[in-house]
Amino acid sequence: MSIAAKFEIEYLQYLDAEGKQVRQDLPAFAKDLDHMVELYKLMMSTRVFDAKSVALQRTGKLGTYASCLGHEAAHVGIGSAMKPEDVLAVSYREYGAQLYRGVQPREVYMYWGGDERGNDYQNEPARHDFAWSVPIATQCLHAAGSALAFKIRGEKRVAVCTIGDGGSSKGDFYGAINIAGAQNLPLVAVIVNNQWAISVPRKIQSGAPTLAQKGIAAGLYCIQVDGNDIIAVRKAMEDALERARNGEGGSVIEAVTYRLGDHTTADDARRYRGEQEVKDAWAKEPMKRLRAWLVGKGVWDDAREEAWKAECDEWMDNEVNAYLETKTQPVTAMFDYTFAEVPADLAKQRDLVLSYDQKAH
Amino acid sequence: MAQITLIEAVTQALAYEMKHDDSVVVLGEDVGVNGGVFRATQGLQEKFGELRVLDTPLDETTIAGVTVGLAVQGMKPVAEAQFEGFIYPMMEQIACHAARMRNRTRGRLTVPAVWRAPWGGGIRAPEHHSEANEHLFTNIPGLRVVLPSSPARAYGLLLAAIRDPDPVIFLEPKRIYRQYKEEVPDDGEALPLDVCFVLRDGTDVTLVTWGAQVKETLEAADELAKQGISAEVIDVATLTPLDFDTIAESVQKTGRCVIVHEAPKTAGFGAEIAARIAEECLYDLLAPVERITGPDTHIPLFRLEMKYLPSTERIVEAAQRTLAAS
Repeated sequence: MSIAAKFEIEYLQYLDAEGKQVRQDLPAFAKDLDHMVELYKLMMSTRVFDAKSVALQRTGKLGTYASCLGHEAAHVGIGSAMKPEDVLAVSYREYGAQLYRGVQPREVYMYWGGDERGNDYQNEPARHDFAWSVPIATQCLHAAGSALAFKIRGEKRVAVCTIGDGGSSKGDFYGAINIAGAQNLPLVAVIVNNQWAISVPRKIQSGAPTLAQKGIAAGLYCIQVDGNDIIAVRKAMEDALERARNGEGGSVIEAVTYRLGDHTTADDARRYRGEQEVKDAWAKEPMKRLRAWLVGKGVWDDAREEAWKAECDEWMDNEVNAYLETKTQPVTAMFDYTFAEVPADLAKQRDLVLSYDQKAH
Repeated sequence: MAQITLIEAVTQALAYEMKHDDSVVVLGEDVGVNGGVFRATQGLQEKFGELRVLDTPLDETTIAGVTVGLAVQGMKPVAEAQFEGFIYPMMEQIACHAARMRNRTRGRLTVPAVWRAPWGGGIRAPEHHSEANEHLFTNIPGLRVVLPSSPARAYGLLLAAIRDPDPVIFLEPKRIYRQYKEEVPDDGEALPLDVCFVLRDGTDVTLVTWGAQVKETLEAADELAKQGISAEVIDVATLTPLDFDTIAESVQKTGRCVIVHEAPKTAGFGAEIAARIAEECLYDLLAPVERITGPDTHIPLFRLEMKYLPSTERIVEAAQRTLAAS
């Protein structure tokens, strides 16, 4: 028998569920314990932020919200590996990556709170990142197009897109990795496989044993990592970003994690998955293992945990207040930015809408 | 000065803008070495290289989404859908992202991109190669929809479309790609994207049309002139945002209007124009507004396609009816 092609998919993990180091060849960033503490702190603030968001929704102060509970290692791992000049194209729950790049919690609240200004990220480098993309996997092509722009202009920048396990079923995802392979584009596509696409489980999303291997078909580097182990996510990201930056090809990274919360606040996951599965997933969640590892290294303890938690609470309270104090845009805002300049024909409609609004007051 | 066809005017505009603006790139299926299946991009790859004239993988979704990404990064991509009938996979990227990017990010990110597509029937092409579906785009806020009908307008409007800071759907009436030649100076002069073109002045009836039907409509105006009927012909080459004022002014003058388009009648863009006339010019009308359009069927395979498309005769008869009514 002659073989036309063969492949294998590496699986990468440094910390197991208990925080035990399963391999000794730590990457350089992980030997910098101060930095690891910083990453842990951002994972924690992401979780505090997320809990605050859900509470805001439950008390009627936010619209539908997509929680990131359980994705902290994957998201912070992605964001922290990128350089400021890189570009991030997310779906709609990658807050850990976005907070790292300067998105403010108040902006997240504004978006889910019904105000377009939430997409107008004020801080660099998030200011040049894409806004949340609700239509599944469409953002992958925006990253591929960005990567093509970088290649045309000879810029050493990388475009990163993130999607879920469900998103990897869409043609947009395949289209993005396919053109990245065909044109050798600096693209890193991260499949954050959280096992559930609303109510549809991973096993009926695809017959492929790994989602990472989809990148093989596109001619990209592929790896599957423990998505609850931030060292593994960050290491795979760093390698992929470096290859892409040097013109050595794009990558697909599958970060295997678990969606501990509902799909969104409008969803009730108890309808379609068992309690035991969720309980088992909690045993493998990303914060506990990193905390245990840092405590073992002597750089973290309960007192520091409490102090940082208090700081996070204060930060989020400030952000919530800023959000709640933000006045609704004037009614004419729906016309603003439809075009660079409001066309004459549209201006007439704007005036009409404004007159109704003035009558109502 | 060289006389050129409509398709050559497209090429001339692309070449001009690529030469003067490094951020302009062309991408699509077969646009490179082959120069496009209609030769719209002929010679461009030789001049500007494989990266600026990019043969993409054969996936319309990819072309559309990559175009959005390029544009957000400050490039000015001109994407080609090989035929209008293949543009449907592009619509999610166009409607959900390109058209609303500026609005949803409050101006932070923008999509200065053009999607070109050979549009309409009448060239004996295979199935799915003859669609006229401009109305699917005219109902999407944030898009400009442009449909030139002469070499000069193709050149000037394509330059304007590429330079425009917002996404533009640029539909090219392939039936008249090579209908005739005219002098089109390669002077980089763009045409405005927000005014109708009055192709012929008249006083008795207003004929409103766009795209390849400009040919039959002008023929109808000639025929009507022989009968002593003075028809004004308006080419709505920039469908949205609509310059209704030019149409209103004409209808107020003539009191009669025939709208001609190739797309199916129901909810075609002619319906919008007829509704606007009813809203704003009803008391100026001397006769009911007529619409001469494709029927609400799929455009048939080519043996019947010329019977589907509005004919000169039908336009003349409609104009005569409006005259007979008052």
